[in-house]
Amino acid sequence: MREQKTNRLHDFVRTKGEVYVWLASMGLVIGLTMIVFLLGLILWEGVKSFWPEPVAVFELRQDAGGAMQQIAGQITKEQEKAGQATAAENAALEYQIRTANRDTYGSSYRYLDSSQIASVTYPSGLVEVERMEFGNAVGFPESVVFGKSGRTVASGSEEFAGALAKAVQDAATRRAQIEKIEKKEIGSINAEMTSLRNRERSLKSKDEKTAEEEKEIAGKVGSLQGEFEKLATRARELRGEQKNDVLVLRLASGETRTIATGDIVGYFYPNDLGFFGKLGLFFHRLVLFLIENPREANTEGGIYPAIFGTVVMTLLMSVAVMPFGIVAAIYLREYAKQGFMVRCVRIAVNNLAGVPSIVFGVFGLGFFVYLAGGTLDQLFFSETLPTPTFGTGGVLWAALTLALMTVPVVIVATEESLAAVPRGVREGSLACGASKWQTIQRVVLPAAAPGILTGLILAMARGAGEVAPLMLVGVVKLAPSLPLDGDFPFAHLERKFMHLGFHIFDLGFQSPDAEAAKPMVFATTLLLILLVVFLNLFAIIIRERLRKKYATGAF
Amino acid sequence: MTEIPRPKTQQAAKGTQAGDRNSKFIEIKNFSFFYGAAQAIHDVTMDMPERNVTAFIGPSGCGKSTLLRNLNRMNDLIDGVRHEGDIIVNGHSIYDPLVEVISLRKRIGMVFQKSNPFPKSIYENVVYSLRVAGQNSRPVLDETVERSLRSAALWDEVKDRLHESALGLSGGQMQRLCIARAIANRPEILLMDEPCSALDPIATMKIEQLILSLKSEFTIVIVTHNMQQATRCSDLTAFFYLGKLIEFDRTEKIFTNPSQKQTEEYITGRFG
Ligand SMILES: Nc1ncnc2c1ncn2[C@@H]1O[C@H](COP(=O)(O)OP(=O)(O)OP(=O)(O)O)[C@@H](O)[C@H]1O
Ligand SMILES: [Mg+2]
Repeated sequence: MREQKTNRLHDFVRTKGEVYVWLASMGLVIGLTMIVFLLGLILWEGVKSFWPEPVAVFELRQDAGGAMQQIAGQITKEQEKAGQATAAENAALEYQIRTANRDTYGSSYRYLDSSQIASVTYPSGLVEVERMEFGNAVGFPESVVFGKSGRTVASGSEEFAGALAKAVQDAATRRAQIEKIEKKEIGSINAEMTSLRNRERSLKSKDEKTAEEEKEIAGKVGSLQGEFEKLATRARELRGEQKNDVLVLRLASGETRTIATGDIVGYFYPNDLGFFGKLGLFFHRLVLFLIENPREANTEGGIYPAIFGTVVMTLLMSVAVMPFGIVAAIYLREYAKQGFMVRCVRIAVNNLAGVPSIVFGVFGLGFFVYLAGGTLDQLFFSETLPTPTFGTGGVLWAALTLALMTVPVVIVATEESLAAVPRGVREGSLACGASKWQTIQRVVLPAAAPGILTGLILAMARGAGEVAPLMLVGVVKLAPSLPLDGDFPFAHLERKFMHLGFHIFDLGFQSPDAEAAKPMVFATTLLLILLVVFLNLFAIIIRERLRKKYATGAF
Repeated sequence: MTEIPRPKTQQAAKGTQAGDRNSKFIEIKNFSFFYGAAQAIHDVTMDMPERNVTAFIGPSGCGKSTLLRNLNRMNDLIDGVRHEGDIIVNGHSIYDPLVEVISLRKRIGMVFQKSNPFPKSIYENVVYSLRVAGQNSRPVLDETVERSLRSAALWDEVKDRLHESALGLSGGQMQRLCIARAIANRPEILLMDEPCSALDPIATMKIEQLILSLKSEFTIVIVTHNMQQATRCSDLTAFFYLGKLIEFDRTEKIFTNPSQKQTEEYITGRFG
């Protein structure tokens, strides 16, 4: 009996606080749900855009449409028709259909009323063709026509699949050749040409131009021009060949269209794919998305340059922000006399973290680009003026601007972890005859390293996702070349670059066909998140290793 | 920079008679110490002879650690402290403006009340004082590690994990590591602030043996709350109370026939 009583008493006491525990956990649950929902939505939408959907053919009722009786497309949205939502007519649905064939229909999307639709079928044999221009084409293949031999292979024949594959493959090979000629070979000739011209100009400005040198330069320019002509002709020829072979397609609405194989990126039969076929295609598209250059105002193709630009910029930023922030924090915490001034500086630094990022962008433009970049150009790149080298936005200035923006985070984190290093350890080091700097360098910094890395992680997360300031200091919609490549001096820090965050903005708000760009928006967002996660993971792994090395759980 | 003259170590090694020893190796002269406005040490005067063990005893908060930490000027680091009087080591004031604190500390090893191993490997902890002095020769470091760890009675326990983090050791092992670290560069004076407060009886015994064996080389000042320990390993004992030196004499005398009533009350345990 007695025991029971005490138990009850115990229960009563415990229940008192329970309410608050519930309240607190509810807050956490709401927060977590929101995060999971956000990530889930982006993951779902991002992944979905790579998954091949079957293509439906809609037969339209005679009275509804004009000439067109059939139309093919994927259902992308289903909604109740506005204004007719009475209980009796609950069947009045409206479908958004991605018809593709933008060149024929004028738009990639079309809305259909459920009342217009007589029947829906998923016929086999329908082909979806990814093109270099005008988005995808969807239709029934009729034949492949080889321009040179005049041979026509009809879609009924057994050779058709092989012939189409071969034609597309040939075109892809030629495209790679063209790209090599235009980007690499002609590019290097151009670079040589520019350097020759700059030499000429600098000679001219110094009044040292001798007849021999002039002749030598002119000779070199002449031979380069000859080479250039040769390559240009070869590229033109190849381009011409790209138009030779064509695929003839009959659209569901009846029109016949021809697509040059040179325009075909890839094709597949959406209604004839099994699960594994779809899966294969899914991964194929995913990989292309990761490694290809963008096409068609960024709405098609891959986002490789944007990934590359984001990574390079973020790493550069980390490299810039680390020493800067750490040294500042060491001075503030260890050397400066703690007093009014230091307190003011600390408050100023903390407030810096709250300044809107666009302000940093404006500062970066004024200070780095115009002032620092302009001065650099004047001093070292005067031959190329008035074309700016560093005097315009570039990946270096963007990284420095973001470093400036994120430095308060690093300073605050470093200061805190320095303060957390126990006094006894410092005294122990000093008692061994170490100087103050030796103590900081050998004992305090290693002990504080995990905390400092936490600061860097936060800084990286903030820096990688920032868009607004970048638009002022070097990000572009389409960069002609990457900031790192095989041309001397390999790292081109003055180059403009592409960035995932800006890419999302560009796709969502600046593209001519916003509806068509939507899947890309989600896919790119997913990638941006993954990238930030990966960069952070990298830093976290380093931090854990450090922690294990020093086995301190105090941070 | 004036160097405080080193004792004649050659003699020290073989010298066992009291005659060889400098009986005023550490002189504390009218020393007072203030934390801000609070005075922690009141006008202490005492001389500690070379190669002897001096024990500081007294109730908690009486200023033992404060005085000890002044011998290597560790208290300089605290803001707002002030001292009066002087401390003279081997004939030279440690507060002489020409004395370099760093070289002073190199010659005065210290073991702290709370063990404070560095976030480094055991090996690097021991050789720290050599490293900061620029000694990087591997054989010398290896030799030092083994000698110091053996002296601190830790070698057998850690010899297979010298390159693991020191923070993985137990509390008592950490304290012995700190002792090994303090004696690694063979200082002349060893200051120990309750070195055995975290140790089990066996380790305590080892440390006491260590103190007795080190006595022939070092001048040792040890703070302890353990009366038996003071009797077992010290030659001289100083009793402090409320920042004042109450009595300072040979250990046998203090523990058998103290001249002050307060001392007697304290050592017999009749005293808060
Ligand atoms: N950093 C400090 N700032 C201000 N006062 C201090 C500081 N350190 C010690 N004190 C004060 O000085 C007095 C002496 O302290 P001290 O640490 O020397 O005592 P102790 O004899 O070593 O005691 P225990 O045996 O408990 O270690 C105490 O009153 C203490 O509060
Ligand atoms: Mg103490």
